Amino acid sequence: MTDSPPPASLELSLEVSGLAYAYPDGHQALFGVDFTVRRGERVALLGPNGAGKTTLVLHLNGILTAGAGSVTVAGLPVGKAHLAEIRRRVGIVFQDPDDQLFMPTVREDVAFGPAAAGLRGPALEARVEYALSLVGMEAFADRPPHHLSFGQRRRVAVATVLAMEPEILVLDEPSSNLDPASRRELADILRSLDITVLMVTHDLPYALELCPRSLILSEGTIAADGPTADILCDEPLMTTHRLELPFGFNPKTAPA
Amino acid sequence: MGAGHAHRLYRHGHTPLHALPPHCKLAAVLCFVVVVVSTPREAVWAFGLYAVLLASVAAVARLPALFVLRRMLIEVPFVAFAVLMPFVAQGERVDVLGLSLSVNGLWGAWNVLAKGTLGVAASVILASTTELRALLLGLQRLKLPPLLVQIASFMIRYGDVIADEMRRMRIARESRGFQAKGVRHWGVLGKTAGALFIRSYERGERVHLAMISRGYAGTMPVIDEVTATRRQWSRALTLPLLALPICLLGWTTL
Repeated sequence: MTDSPPPASLELSLEVSGLAYAYPDGHQALFGVDFTVRRGERVALLGPNGAGKTTLVLHLNGILTAGAGSVTVAGLPVGKAHLAEIRRRVGIVFQDPDDQLFMPTVREDVAFGPAAAGLRGPALEARVEYALSLVGMEAFADRPPHHLSFGQRRRVAVATVLAMEPEILVLDEPSSNLDPASRRELADILRSLDITVLMVTHDLPYALELCPRSLILSEGTIAADGPTADILCDEPLMTTHRLELPFGFNPKTAPA
Repeated sequence: MGAGHAHRLYRHGHTPLHALPPHCKLAAVLCFVVVVVSTPREAVWAFGLYAVLLASVAAVARLPALFVLRRMLIEVPFVAFAVLMPFVAQGERVDVLGLSLSVNGLWGAWNVLAKGTLGVAASVILASTTELRALLLGLQRLKLPPLLVQIASFMIRYGDVIADEMRRMRIARESRGFQAKGVRHWGVLGKTAGALFIRSYERGERVHLAMISRGYAGTMPVIDEVTATRRQWSRALTLPLLALPICLLGWTTL
């Protein structure tokens, strides 16, 4: 951890090294996780239930503090010193949009992050409008979140994070509970964004569709790191880590 | 209990009353209620005049009388005990239709009934012409402790979510053949309530995580600043200012 990182690390959006964590009750969730994500990459983080994916995500913006190892976001180490800046840089979209959207209207919810960072007035308005336009939800600005469909809520949840102009977008199970049309709309949106994405998911076809590179997190360590298609085609690897392709889905013949 | 649950109180409209800033209306209602409450109960005519004032406010807001009256039924359980006062109060008694009633109790009942009804009517008019969201902004502006405003705004946001969760739990219960028929089933309902509490509590924790992930540090950022001009203030305060001389007159004519 240096305050003036060498130029090479500026190309990295996220650098996780030797990250280990045990919950206060003694249960150890992470045993030395190492990986990096380059700027502009879209990476899928795959893994069975209980592999420690959510625990890892909560380390990325300093909600959990590493027992050992470090997380660095665009050269800035995650730590107490600049927590506000880290939370602006790492935009986490949680799994349940009802948890993420806690303000009475969509507009206020999207404004929450930038306003907490001190943005006011017309600049704030412009930021909100821009973030909503990225996900195609401008027309819903004054609606209360609970009047939207699930897919719309998920898109607004993405906008709330984009409004903070993050360095990296972290999505926790972005396709869960979405119908096929909403799923495709979200995929189109994610592809259109010019931003680094780390996507935590069980949805292997979705990972293949959106992320050229995948990581497998299993039993608290990174078990594989490579092109998504290669990983999905490696049957022994997949079986070892309790990953299964949906019925009838063949990654070899799926359109890239 | 479906969508729009939180907005049932509000009646959409474009009247001068709807257009007033929420904090002006809140302040006006509060002042009006204080004036009404400090009026002596013996000045019966004063309460009639207050009612006329409120009726004209409701007319400005184009609220149908029946609409307001029906909303005011919420008052009934609260004033029920006022009806008992003439029977239980001590002191000088008077005979009405063969019943022996306490004079003091009658005045007490009238006092509660008249002041309560006027207060409820004023609140109903406020709630019908101000969106819940705007009310919260108004309270924030009036410097209510921010924590209270936050709690109220979360209630609005999550009321439907929790009601929906409750509905799903009921459907799940009934799908497995359960029907709450009597005391024997209270245990099951109790456990459901407990489960609902724990679920809501856990949701609270997840919401809090999402909030700190977006830079929440204990205070809500001010996103919408509500402001009022001097003119809007004077318009809103017309009601309590008209009520004040009635109150003073009530005291002088005692």
